[in-house]
Amino acid sequence: MNDAEIRRLACDLLAGIAPDTDPASLAGGADIREALDIDSIDFLNFVIALGKATGRTIPEADYARLFTMDGIAAYLRD
Amino acid sequence: MSDFVMPSLGADMESGKLAQWLVKPGSTVRKGDVIAVVETHKGAFEIDVFLEGVVSELCAKEGEELPVGALLARIATAGEEAAAPASPPAAPPPPVAAPAASPSPPTSTLLAERGAKAPAGPVPAPAKGPPVPAGERKKVSPAARRRARELGIDAETLAGTGIDGSVTLADVELAGAGRGKRETPAAGPAATEPKRRAGFDPDQMRRAIAAAMSRSKREIPHYYIGTTVDMAKARGFIEAYNSERPPEQRLLPAVLLLKATALALRDMPQFNGFWEDGRFRPGDGIHIGWAIALRGGGLIAPALRGVDRRSLAELMDALRDLVGRARGGGIRGSEMMEPTFTVTSMGDRGAESVFGVIYPPQVAILGFGRAVERPWVVDGRVVARPLVTASLAADHRASDGHAGSLFLAAVDRYLQEPEAL
Repeated sequence: MNDAEIRRLACDLLAGIAPDTDPASLAGGADIREALDIDSIDFLNFVIALGKATGRTIPEADYARLFTMDGIAAYLRD
Repeated sequence: MSDFVMPSLGADMESGKLAQWLVKPGSTVRKGDVIAVVETHKGAFEIDVFLEGVVSELCAKEGEELPVGALLARIATAGEEAAAPASPPAAPPPPVAAPAASPSPPTSTLLAERGAKAPAGPVPAPAKGPPVPAGERKKVSPAARRRARELGIDAETLAGTGIDGSVTLADVELAGAGRGKRETPAAGPAATEPKRRAGFDPDQMRRAIAAAMSRSKREIPHYYIGTTVDMAKARGFIEAYNSERPPEQRLLPAVLLLKATALALRDMPQFNGFWEDGRFRPGDGIHIGWAIALRGGGLIAPALRGVDRRSLAELMDALRDLVGRARGGGIRGSEMMEPTFTVTSMGDRGAESVFGVIYPPQVAILGFGRAVERPWVVDGRVVARPLVTASLAADHRASDGHAGSLFLAAVDRYLQEPEAL
């Protein structure tokens, strides 16, 4: 997946978790947990969905790299 | 013949609107079946039955607003002839006789509801409802049903991604969004319209919370105590546990807090139950209400059943299911009635401590703050440790600070042996 595809996927998944928000309008460096007001269960659901959509198992130790859109894009490109 | 009445879904509920019947006269019902959707100030709830039998009459009409205790349907219980007119009622009729009369005080209706359901025995675990047999109506969460109506979609034709295969709000939104894209390929107004969360009206939710919490502060002499819990062992346990598992099997610290609380309640049952008619009535099982903040404001605290008897993995599944349904609108009426105790946790981004307001007629609420890294003394040396403040608000009519201290100490003790939880 290229950068734009990853960001679109992440936005779609986050919009499903926080339907009253617009993740696409987030700054790339904003903490999605703060900006979208999602809690640890929401974030876990996001990681599960991201893993299923990309076929990757994301270790818990890597969660901190997924707190921003830029981080998510960089992590999934690797 | 048993009466199926408007349930009391909490101390703050005086009436509810029968939004939808999911059964017809002649339908066979089993314990735990969802037979109606009721809308209250706190949103739409799926109402399950506590008995087995055949629906003989639907007495309330869809759209009707009725007080708690009002007759909704008559159900011929197993062994009875559906048409037998002379059979005595299997359960005592609720004291709220006239459905048209003004609502009776919450406590007595709550009692009536509990009294009426008691003989029917335990309901199955919420997440494991009976599978919908082929040919019967597909399970659709109330919020999904409502949103589907708004969008003009037949929710029953959608593939359900809910834990039990039910159609969720997300499924409907997805179908709606997909359809919108097809119809307006140039990303027209449909795509940019703000999404509205179905399920509850924030103003009504505010009023419902105001009523319950005012009653709590008016009637319950609260006392508050707190203690600091070293979460290093609990955190280490979770890290090791999670490192070997895929995300969908991983635990959150919340389940350890829940299980430790449940085991402490088993040791000290005077905190697990209700203050009713001037005396304490112990809870039948340890069913912990988990306070869930809803997007758009407000909160509900539906029950996780039998927390002391479930494994951490089971609790994690149940918690994810419960939170998902709370936000998507698929909470069952029974889950709102059952809590014998409440836990409110600030999560990983909240305040460091919370002093809760007891949800009447319960007698205590335990609050957990956010875990914070702080200096802590271990064996005479200062070390950095993740600490959580646990605070108990309890009803002074039912217990004293000494017992409360022992309860908090028990919660702490269990959290120091996470592998035994």
